[in-house]
Amino acid sequence: MANLNTTAAQAGHQVGRSLPRLEAREKVTGRAEYTHLMQLPGMLHAKIFRSTVAHGRIKSVDVSEARKVAGVYGVYTCDDVRTVIPDPYYGPAFHDQPILALGKVHYVGEPVAVVLAADPHIADQAVQQIVAEYDELPAVFDEVEAADNKVLVHDELKPAGTFADLKHLKGRKGTNIALDFRLRRGDIDKAFASAAHVFEHTFRTQKVLHMALEPYASIADYRDDGVTIHSGAQGPSFVRTEIARLLGWPENRVRVKVPYLGGGYGGKLYIKMEALAVALSMLARRPVKVALTMEEQFYTITKHPSTFRIKSGLDKDGKIVARKCEVWWNGGAYADVGPRVTQKSGFTASGPYDIDNVSIDSYALYTNLTPAGALRGFGIPQLVWAYESHTDMIARALKRDPLDFRKQNLLREGRPQATGTILKDAAIEKVLDRIAERLNWSQPFDRGTGVVRRGRGFAVALKAVISPTTSVAIVNIAGDGSATLYCGTVDMGQGSDTAMAQMVGEVLDMPAESVRVVPRDTDVTPYDMGTLGSRSLFHMGHAVRLAAEDARDKIAALRHELGEPAGSNAPLGDLFRKKYGMQAGNIVGTGTYKPDYIPPDASGLTTNATPFWMVAGSGVELEVDIETGHVRITRLINVADVGRAINPRIVETQLSGASIMQLGFSMFEKMHIDGGQITNASLADYKIPGIHDVPPAMENITVDTTQENGPFGAKGVGELATFGVSPAIANAIDDAVGVRLTELPLTAESVLRALRAKDNQPLGEE
Amino acid sequence: MTSAARTINFTLNGRPVTADVKPHHNVVEILQTQFALFGARESCGQGLCGCCTVLVDGRPVSGCLYLAVFLDGASVVTVESLAAPGKLDPVQEAFIECGAFQCGYCTPGFVLMSKALLEQTADPDDEQIRDYLAGNLCRCAAYPEIENAVKLAARKSTAGSTG
Repeated sequence: MANLNTTAAQAGHQVGRSLPRLEAREKVTGRAEYTHLMQLPGMLHAKIFRSTVAHGRIKSVDVSEARKVAGVYGVYTCDDVRTVIPDPYYGPAFHDQPILALGKVHYVGEPVAVVLAADPHIADQAVQQIVAEYDELPAVFDEVEAADNKVLVHDELKPAGTFADLKHLKGRKGTNIALDFRLRRGDIDKAFASAAHVFEHTFRTQKVLHMALEPYASIADYRDDGVTIHSGAQGPSFVRTEIARLLGWPENRVRVKVPYLGGGYGGKLYIKMEALAVALSMLARRPVKVALTMEEQFYTITKHPSTFRIKSGLDKDGKIVARKCEVWWNGGAYADVGPRVTQKSGFTASGPYDIDNVSIDSYALYTNLTPAGALRGFGIPQLVWAYESHTDMIARALKRDPLDFRKQNLLREGRPQATGTILKDAAIEKVLDRIAERLNWSQPFDRGTGVVRRGRGFAVALKAVISPTTSVAIVNIAGDGSATLYCGTVDMGQGSDTAMAQMVGEVLDMPAESVRVVPRDTDVTPYDMGTLGSRSLFHMGHAVRLAAEDARDKIAALRHELGEPAGSNAPLGDLFRKKYGMQAGNIVGTGTYKPDYIPPDASGLTTNATPFWMVAGSGVELEVDIETGHVRITRLINVADVGRAINPRIVETQLSGASIMQLGFSMFEKMHIDGGQITNASLADYKIPGIHDVPPAMENITVDTTQENGPFGAKGVGELATFGVSPAIANAIDDAVGVRLTELPLTAESVLRALRAKDNQPLGEE
Repeated sequence: MTSAARTINFTLNGRPVTADVKPHHNVVEILQTQFALFGARESCGQGLCGCCTVLVDGRPVSGCLYLAVFLDGASVVTVESLAAPGKLDPVQEAFIECGAFQCGYCTPGFVLMSKALLEQTADPDDEQIRDYLAGNLCRCAAYPEIENAVKLAARKSTAGSTG
């Protein structure tokens, strides 16, 4: 990561520069724009009254006292919403989520009614006056129990039709399973029957939160001829499509503007507060802001808790011949994008190994909890947690070196992955070797004595990037030769504006700093599927490259038309003046990118599952205090295959930040839930990593690779360093003290309980 | 919400100002609604994340908990005042040069805390930096870069004061 050339502002070689972010100055001066801080003239503030029960029929919602509070503009329930939006259900995979609870509530914290007032304190006060009564129904919270269908969350499934392969679920009743993905490769039963060794383990992950420091916020300004929505949204195009559908309008009457995001991490995807803000603005005929508090984020969207039962069969030489994976995803009360997490992560549930016989069943379950969606990894971190813990346990049980065992079974370039898609440009072995080298794996390791024991561990992972998705970009050259880029990728901190400008600069031979990147506005920025799943640098990168190349070709044609000699490099502004007699005109280049894709067949097999593979791993050294169970991570190494880095320093920051975030999910973050009630819904009771949680030694390394079909050899980065962190830590704990934890987070208490259980002195329950 | 407003006088970024505040108004609210300053912003609302940091009489406080009425007679500095026209504060420069942020939502708080630290300790060591910044959270976790930025800012400030 050495190339930190931040001063070279000359043209040429814009790709590969560690240029500071284009918006850096705005951010350090406090001037960057965020939706949560925006005000519009005449704007009303919305405050939400939420369900206190996990599952129940709404008997009554009494808003009469709230309406009497001086300064209240209006109080609304779903009955009011239906006067302006008769069918008020939304969602990316299923149209199952009502704008406000309708008939039933499905989780604690579900929005039931809203107060509007010019003063948010008054709205807050009035919310306290609302009284709701429910007929409580049995509720289900555990994903495995939900699969029994004894308690049903929804009476009927309502797939959106957006995804063709969910259409068959329309109208299905009597089930909590929103999607079941299955993959069958080879003959799993025969392989297990002839296996010399069989191992089976079950792993679980907990419910955790994105917790962007800018909480969810949307502002809608509805007029009879159109609606403008300002939103902290990761996918402005999707918001536009979905709001247009709810209103029965053409898309061009819905305008979605997205400034910078104060963090997203997958939480601000698809549609969150936008539909509610639009409905309220329609009712109030005023601009309405729905801006949540930190506490309310716990009732909006979370990561999927999961249970993963994994079973492997090995021949006598230690070759894995069969792997059976069953994964239950706790999707909460509304599907959000859970079905996509379930299917797309399902492709790689068996891990980065070459296994001839694979069986994968992945279930998206409804439960009576806050809905779950994408969180930096689209399900992959949950899977890696299980398969890399499992793989390590097998190696240890067979007294094999964990590195040697993995290398024997590793999926290599040119071999079919579980789906049947051939592995290409996926540096799994390089990543693994680099981790081992940085850990000095082949050398003896001091495991300590006395109270503090030391251990080391690692993990490596593979992801198929979500496919197929489309990105469109426009590059506009003005009459003075300056370039403006219009693209819908949302810069939520990952530095996409800067990377995209670098690509434009590379093609047009101009400094990236001189390229203007237009803030996202669906009135002017063209379609993009969404800023998610590490797809943008690759997909939008291609669209941006194509748009810039289109502009470059048109510039060449203009030079030719004007009789410029071959090889002329007359400034662009001169060309426009020559053509139009003054500084005037534009050259507009456009680019659209959509990769090829073949959907999986009934057995989950496809020869083209993904346009690119994502590969990363982590190595950990740590200390365990055997008297307290306290774990101190002393060294964290993240190694990733990013292809060619467009901006090496931003790549490094992304890897570092992702791994520290995952460190929180691994070590302490957990939403505590009691009977459906979240008992730690605040930053005071839900700890996230602070500066003291950063390991004293950290390394973030990219291996030297090129993604052949990527823009300038690059591919996505954002999620990579989350993948290997959790199992690397658990593997290192086992290495240090010989106990194996199978459930996140890896708290001191869980380590101590495991240590005491191992010594036949188990701690009592609380 | 019916309680009476009170008029207070204080110095905001070097200029004398007055504000009408109610007893429940916090500093962030007053800065945003009466002075259109959005650099201090509420996130956790519990004084735990540091996004709302402002300096009151040189001391960093959580603007989401600090009641506006207590500003009467005080001197308040917000992130907006650090940069002179065309010239950033050395701390801001260092944050840019070290890439010490991603989404930027927490950045004004970190910049002000770093500024306050360097006022107190011109050349802090790693432990002093970590201890001082322990009350500020960055969900993008740009902590290693922030630590580098504080060290760079210390060098810049020292060089600036001697040169």
